[in-house]
Amino acid sequence: MTEAKLDREANTIIREGVVSIINPYDIHAVEEGLRIRERKGGSVTALSMGIPCVVEMLKQVIAMGADNAVLLTDKAFAGADSLATAYTLSKAVEKLKEFDIIVCGKQTTDGDTAQVGPGLAEKLGVPHITNVVEIMELEDDYAECRRAVDKGWEIARVKLPAVITVEKDINTPRFPSIRGIRNMLKPNIAIWNADDINAEHDRIGMKGSPTQVVKTFIPQSKAAAETIMGTPVEQAKKMISIFDELHIKVRER
Amino acid sequence: MRIVNRISIVREKCIGCGVCKNKCPFGSIKIENKKAEIMDSCSLCRACANVCKFGAILVEGEDAAFNTSDRHEGIWVFAELKGGTVPRVVLELVTEAKKLASTLDTEVSAILPGYNVGQAAQTLIKFGVDRVYIVDHPALKNFSNDTYAKIIIDMVRSYKPDIFLFGATVCGRSLAPRISSALNTGLTADCTQLDIDPQKRILLQTRPAFGGELMATIICPHSKPQMATVRPGIFEAVQPLHINKGKIIRPEVCIPDSRIEILKCFEDAAEGFDITKAEIIVAAGRGMGHRENLLLVEELAAILGGVVGATRAIVDEGWIERCHQVGQSGSTVSPKLYIACGISGAIQHMVGLKSSSVIVAINKDADAPIMRIANYAFVGDAIEIIRALINEIKSLKQNQAEF
Repeated sequence: MTEAKLDREANTIIREGVVSIINPYDIHAVEEGLRIRERKGGSVTALSMGIPCVVEMLKQVIAMGADNAVLLTDKAFAGADSLATAYTLSKAVEKLKEFDIIVCGKQTTDGDTAQVGPGLAEKLGVPHITNVVEIMELEDDYAECRRAVDKGWEIARVKLPAVITVEKDINTPRFPSIRGIRNMLKPNIAIWNADDINAEHDRIGMKGSPTQVVKTFIPQSKAAAETIMGTPVEQAKKMISIFDELHIKVRER
Repeated sequence: MRIVNRISIVREKCIGCGVCKNKCPFGSIKIENKKAEIMDSCSLCRACANVCKFGAILVEGEDAAFNTSDRHEGIWVFAELKGGTVPRVVLELVTEAKKLASTLDTEVSAILPGYNVGQAAQTLIKFGVDRVYIVDHPALKNFSNDTYAKIIIDMVRSYKPDIFLFGATVCGRSLAPRISSALNTGLTADCTQLDIDPQKRILLQTRPAFGGELMATIICPHSKPQMATVRPGIFEAVQPLHINKGKIIRPEVCIPDSRIEILKCFEDAAEGFDITKAEIIVAAGRGMGHRENLLLVEELAAILGGVVGATRAIVDEGWIERCHQVGQSGSTVSPKLYIACGISGAIQHMVGLKSSSVIVAINKDADAPIMRIANYAFVGDAIEIIRALINEIKSLKQNQAEF
């Protein structure tokens, strides 16, 4: 049986109001997994490493149509950088056994390193391609994808099994279906800790993270050299005098 | 024995000042009964522990278990090629690597896989690279993160560099994490600043973090090489006046088959537009309200002979194409004039425009971050001000025409 799986990193937490959201790129990854299932059959498993309440987000993913989900949660996972995260996810994938494609969002909107997808592929010993905007052809042993590159596009063929990371442009995610919402009531979600996935303790969480934040600071900010108030017309005149000083010519429209 | 990583408040020392709560990027600290309390959503980033003046935050747990008993030496730069030539970002990295190398009293090497790379090697040597490691083979004509990663991983294991830098291009961002994952070492993406810690002699990697309001300095103290990616335009490429004769080394490597095949590449014809070359940029952010208001920004840009720039926020909203995006995940620009309209100034955006000669910011909020880095901060409604500006310019032109 062919199987497509999806990966997602821990969620974003915004400060005041403490709203947790699924990383937007990952919703597109879920959607792509569902479309792959529509094209080729198989089953879609969503995988996430996060704090316990992430299970609520996985229910949303089930509601979209994923067959099942796995939440990796353990105090020992806390403080993980992208290497420790890739390692942890890889141990879960090993436990889940075979896969054809792992679809990840390109990056998270908080860390935005885009490192977990490629790092995970390396741990699993499979190839990866990033920035996919379209899966053009999909066969049992390869996927042909269009990717966004620095100044245009590229079409690449990758042997399966593989990891692909996707851009938001790849699809428009669906709303939950009636069946999906029904499934949400008794969702097929497994909750695993470090022991469940046989994770080596010195490779997860803070201990498994070679990078560490040594300080955070607000960048030096001086006051603006000049603050201009007044009516819009007064400000417009001031702006024009700045253009004059910079010898900027205005053109006919 | 299970290792528990834990952060906790030492209640006797805590006075409930709330500085930690304000510092927490995740809203994971609350103050109750005049004592701080750390909630389960804590991600152990330690931002709070770094600021507590009272020693009231205790971090327990062990640091990374990686050991580097082997001696690692030298700074490597991955020499990505574009159409057979060395792109500017690689030369920017080489220039920066030379500065770091001089502090560490070590050498800079370029890693150059590809096909017919002789010319590229000479360019790198002209920019002061001490050694170029070349792997020249027809199979490597096109970039493949599959083969390139395997070759480079083998080379790192053989030659043991201390620091390894990559441009944060599409290739670099795909290749570097594969390599760091194989080597179980740390990688910091999109650094805006690199320094050497004078005591520990390790790389200090600074980048915007946590949703854009903070800068974070990151280290990789226990494993090697210390890896980092840097966006184009962050550093300057400077050809040194005097260089030592660079050495070319051709290591024997095994070239594996690639599981990835590039079938076709094409440049987006519609995007012949290159914002990094623009002299005048009028940029819009969410403060412009609606997509329709972009027409005002476009008109102003056209009148000034400039181009339109954008924040990530409005690109994500679909108001304008990605090629207009300025910032950490867009382009780094260096115009004569940058006018920021309705942009609050997230760090990731400001990183892209800090090389502008003159920055004009228009925002309702006098305290918005962008107002602090601007040369001229106009406090007011961007839409009204731009309209007034366009009208003023038009009536000036009319007056001129009447003479």
